[in-house]
Amino acid sequence: MTQGAKVRTEIRFVLNGRQMRLSDVGADDTLLDFLRIDQRLTGTKEGCAEGDCGACTVMVGRLTPEGLRYEVVNACIRFLASLDGCHVVTIEYLGGPNGRLSPVQQAMVDHHGSQCGFCTPGIVMSLYALWMEHERPSVPQVEVALQGNLCRCTGYAPIIRAAQAVTEYGTTTAEHLTMERDTVTTMLQAVRDGARVEVAKEGNRAILPADVDDLAVVLEAEPNATIVAGSTDVGLWVTKFLKRISPAVFVGHLEGLKSLEVQQDAITFGGGVTYTEAQDVIAQYYPHLSDYWDRIAGWQVRNMGTIGGNIANGSPIGDTPPVLIALGASITLRKGDVRRVLPLEDFFVAYGKQDRADGEFVESITVPRIRDGHHAAYKISKRREEDISSVAVGMAVQVDAGVISEAVLAFGGMAATPKRAAAAEAAMIGQPWSEATLLAAAAKLPDDFQPLDDMRASAAYRMTVAQNLFQRFWLEQSRAEAQLMAEGL
Amino acid sequence: MSETDSIKGGVHRDMAHDSAAKHVTGAADYTDDIAEPIGTLHAYFGTSDVAHARITSVDLAAVRAAPGVVGVLTAEDVPGVNDVSPTGRHDEPLFAKDTIEFWGQVVFAVVAESRDEARRAASLAQITYETLAHVTEADEAIAKGYPDVTAPMTLQRGDIAKGQAEATHRINGQMRIGGQDHMYLEGHIAFAMPGEDDDVVVHCSTQHPSEAQHMVAHVLGVPNNAVVVNVRRMGGGFGGKESQMNQFAATAALAAKRWKRPVKIRPDRDQDMESTGKRHDFVVDYDVGFADDGRITAVDAQFAARCGWSSDLSGPVTDRALFHADNAYFYPHVRLKSRPMKTNTVSNTAFRGFGGPQGVVGAERMIEEIAYALGKDPLEVRKANFYGDTDRNITPYHQEVEDNVIERLVDELERSSDYQARRQAVLDHNAKGGIIRKGISLTPVKFGISFTATWFNQAGALVHVYNDGSIMLNHGGTEMGQGLNTKIAQVVAEAFQVDIDRIKITKTTTEKVPNTSATAASSGTDLNGMAALDACDQIKARLVSWAAEAWDVAEDAVVFVANAVRVGEQEIAFKDFISKAYMARVQLSAAGFYKTPKIHWDREKGQGRPFYYFAYGAAVAEVSVDTLTGEYRVDRADVLHDVGKSLNPVLDKGQVEGAFVQGLGWLTSEELVWDDKGRLRTHAPSTYKIPLAGDIPREFNVKLADWSENRELTIKRSKAVGEPPFMLPICVFEALGMAVASVADYRECPRLDAPATPERVLMAVERLKA
Repeated sequence: MTQGAKVRTEIRFVLNGRQMRLSDVGADDTLLDFLRIDQRLTGTKEGCAEGDCGACTVMVGRLTPEGLRYEVVNACIRFLASLDGCHVVTIEYLGGPNGRLSPVQQAMVDHHGSQCGFCTPGIVMSLYALWMEHERPSVPQVEVALQGNLCRCTGYAPIIRAAQAVTEYGTTTAEHLTMERDTVTTMLQAVRDGARVEVAKEGNRAILPADVDDLAVVLEAEPNATIVAGSTDVGLWVTKFLKRISPAVFVGHLEGLKSLEVQQDAITFGGGVTYTEAQDVIAQYYPHLSDYWDRIAGWQVRNMGTIGGNIANGSPIGDTPPVLIALGASITLRKGDVRRVLPLEDFFVAYGKQDRADGEFVESITVPRIRDGHHAAYKISKRREEDISSVAVGMAVQVDAGVISEAVLAFGGMAATPKRAAAAEAAMIGQPWSEATLLAAAAKLPDDFQPLDDMRASAAYRMTVAQNLFQRFWLEQSRAEAQLMAEGL
Repeated sequence: MSETDSIKGGVHRDMAHDSAAKHVTGAADYTDDIAEPIGTLHAYFGTSDVAHARITSVDLAAVRAAPGVVGVLTAEDVPGVNDVSPTGRHDEPLFAKDTIEFWGQVVFAVVAESRDEARRAASLAQITYETLAHVTEADEAIAKGYPDVTAPMTLQRGDIAKGQAEATHRINGQMRIGGQDHMYLEGHIAFAMPGEDDDVVVHCSTQHPSEAQHMVAHVLGVPNNAVVVNVRRMGGGFGGKESQMNQFAATAALAAKRWKRPVKIRPDRDQDMESTGKRHDFVVDYDVGFADDGRITAVDAQFAARCGWSSDLSGPVTDRALFHADNAYFYPHVRLKSRPMKTNTVSNTAFRGFGGPQGVVGAERMIEEIAYALGKDPLEVRKANFYGDTDRNITPYHQEVEDNVIERLVDELERSSDYQARRQAVLDHNAKGGIIRKGISLTPVKFGISFTATWFNQAGALVHVYNDGSIMLNHGGTEMGQGLNTKIAQVVAEAFQVDIDRIKITKTTTEKVPNTSATAASSGTDLNGMAALDACDQIKARLVSWAAEAWDVAEDAVVFVANAVRVGEQEIAFKDFISKAYMARVQLSAAGFYKTPKIHWDREKGQGRPFYYFAYGAAVAEVSVDTLTGEYRVDRADVLHDVGKSLNPVLDKGQVEGAFVQGLGWLTSEELVWDDKGRLRTHAPSTYKIPLAGDIPREFNVKLADWSENRELTIKRSKAVGEPPFMLPICVFEALGMAVASVADYRECPRLDAPATPERVLMAVERLKA
């Protein structure tokens, strides 16, 4: 934003069928509390307040260059201020007038998809969003859509049956959400005034920069501000640890951080690109990451969380750093108008410490395109889906005339930061591409790492499984058991 | 056309859950959804951050001074008794006073204008401690001389020394079985409204409103009649709201009376998981003697449980572990001992199966040991040990098994699942020696139905027929998703021969039916269905007697037909018939009552008939295991389960599917981890992993044994269904063990502990390979 451009002091969004204008909004006010306490829309439930159970699932529609796009999100960790320019759809808005059930709801009733009913509104929202994308979803598509929804009663089987039957109850074109698309689009366009938005409640401030340049300006003025992208981590600081985040600078709405540029040698992801937004490009250009990408959190979190945020928070157990390091990714940090580029692996200095100055933000991530060679990504977790990894691994090996010329092996969960296995890599370079070489490299892993030991996995298991993954890598790459591995084993 | 076919919602037919349409639209109200009156306050607990200590000082000045705070409550503020122990042992202070017994114990409650303010204020307490040594594991508690938290029990039959002498093989072993958090999606909550005099009304998410009522009265020091507890529905219970709601209900009521304002208390998920009890973890030590054919001659076993800091329900839970340590097998000579150990952990409580599942897992481990030792298919060993029909049919507690259907169930399932051919295919696959190994297992379940505390086997109901022919149904059971209200409404619809739409299902309230038992032990329908039927029968008898006189016909000429009553030759619409009965001053309301017959139990002697009947089931699972990582997948599961003559097959099937997956979670991914400071580290869904849609069997075939009828005179010959199917997925656990054992050519029992996380599976693979 250039000097003197306007600042708006209220957020504007559409809640179900109503235009909302709110100025008395704190940085850490959550959408869920707003719905349940302020609006008495109690169909949306709080199950965990940490984005893991999905009982609070709602749909958020926003304008994208491709048009109005609806996505499921966790209302519990979604901040109210971030909804400027969005359409929030809750369970109360599905179905039609006169109490008619939407096809998703009717299918859930007829297939006995609810027992206690507490998870049900969230499940219905996820299935509804799935149905809008796939009228006849496959079982795997249903399972992926429900990764962020826990049900403790039904065992899911009737819910999956319901999801597959929805199409028998009606079409998406007859839904009022579909028929209202133009109206809602117009309403949301009207909100887009190019202004910076600043709202506050009792000194608890939220700032939504007008664009990326304005973000740079805001962060220079507020170098200690909390940068909030998808709020899938910062949300928990608030809901679980009662941390104050004011002043908070929201970046999730910035179109300028959502670029996806496919260049000849590399692909550049804007820092605000969500996992979901990156999914197609990942599947197309980094096919070994496709399944891995589906195992990052649940659908709601993938719709909110960003690659930039996953990197910037510096967690030793983030899912993307190991696989991006293995691909040779670099990041661009920006402060004011000054940019610097550094290899991703150098960003992680120590536990809780990253090479990011106050006022600096992750503007983009550049990931080299895949050349020939051997690539793999592995995630080991207690539960296969929607779990934080015990061990995450990215492997990239180049072979020249049967001899390993390059090897990058990056691990998460094995040290205080995402980290390369230097000794294991050294044991591979110059050696023949063979199972023996990989096993010899695996044997070096204890020189590289002292794994974490916690409730997710013991240090011994982390080390053993990390070493065994070298053998899995060989078996997959040499195609011995490729088929079974592809089935998810 | 039979009469039954013409009403909507009679018994023995599929009916959707009565609240299904409200569930899917978000219109079903849970306790937190009740509109809050102006002035509602919010309470929050302040808890300990040490596992075992003497409290040296409590400074709550900063809590009191925090924004929005109205006041705090500590042990000093309790007008009645500072105790919420459900069994009257007085070992569970509501607020800790001098001693801390576990990490997360409630020390005080803060009451503020908003929940956010109360939560923030609670974290400001300055409490100092003199820490004491703590114990978290049951076997460690035994080793360190910790007491039993309640009296242990021994079940004994035959002559153990003789049985051991007859054995040609004996195996000793130990197994650790993990606990389980309920992870009901709706956490604990209570919402109290003060009334005049001593009165208070508490809306509470509870399976046991009467206990909540009694406990509130106990803490407030008022008679039970001053307290009303209401619950329309819970967002899941699973046993976690049978006694654990007491501290919330009592605190909300206490604060509501103190400040004369409505008060709500709802912990966050972390506090819910840290400060309320779970399924008991067990350490089982077993010594099994058997013959060459696999037949057991003697079982000597000890079941030690992590009970936590207070007794809660640990006595009956550990008793039930012993009652199920035989599963479906006859032990000629047997001695089973429980050790309900005190530990410095949260007080463990009821959870679907109530100790039974741990007993069954112990029994199945012994079967596995025998099978691996003899190189037999475990199914063959199982069959060799099944209870007989006329002999070999006495349990370790001296009850005769009279209704055994396990052989028929297992035979049908073995055929329908093609078990033998698939087992051979699994063996062939593993013989090739690849990384991916497979396992298959078929396990049975026999589960005893009735509260072992005999007096709990009673129920009441209150049925009103209004003068427009509409019916209001109240009973003592609570709705937590199991469809209890639907089933009982079906019983009432059937009784009056009216469409189920005519019946209003209401909240459960202590005002309408007093002295109820917990909706637990799978007994909800058995008990409350009979009580409701009794109420209907009373009203019908009065109607029949009046109509016979009024129309001058014989009583047997008055017949309830579909939505009408036939009196002699004429048929009168139900609505009109009721209207006439009202005008004739017939009492159209009745309180029904039921107590389960035949049962009795002498715990000291370890003898009696604790169970009215048994429910049975069997399941077979096939799994694939990656022996490099320990990751696995359930490829297929087939279930055949006995619910007697089902009142509502589709709801029963839902219970079976849901229980299977919940049990699958218990035995695979759900792991409770305490650190060396005694702090639970898995206290939210981010760290505690229940199954997801993608974790259920890739192929999942669930069938009810449609030929079964309860031999006993239960409600419409049905059987209880809540708990028994929870044990079906033990077949998954054993199939994982088989895949693991294959790396050592099945020479050794894999001895997996539960839960079989990928870590435990891989470590077992590595151990067997070594």
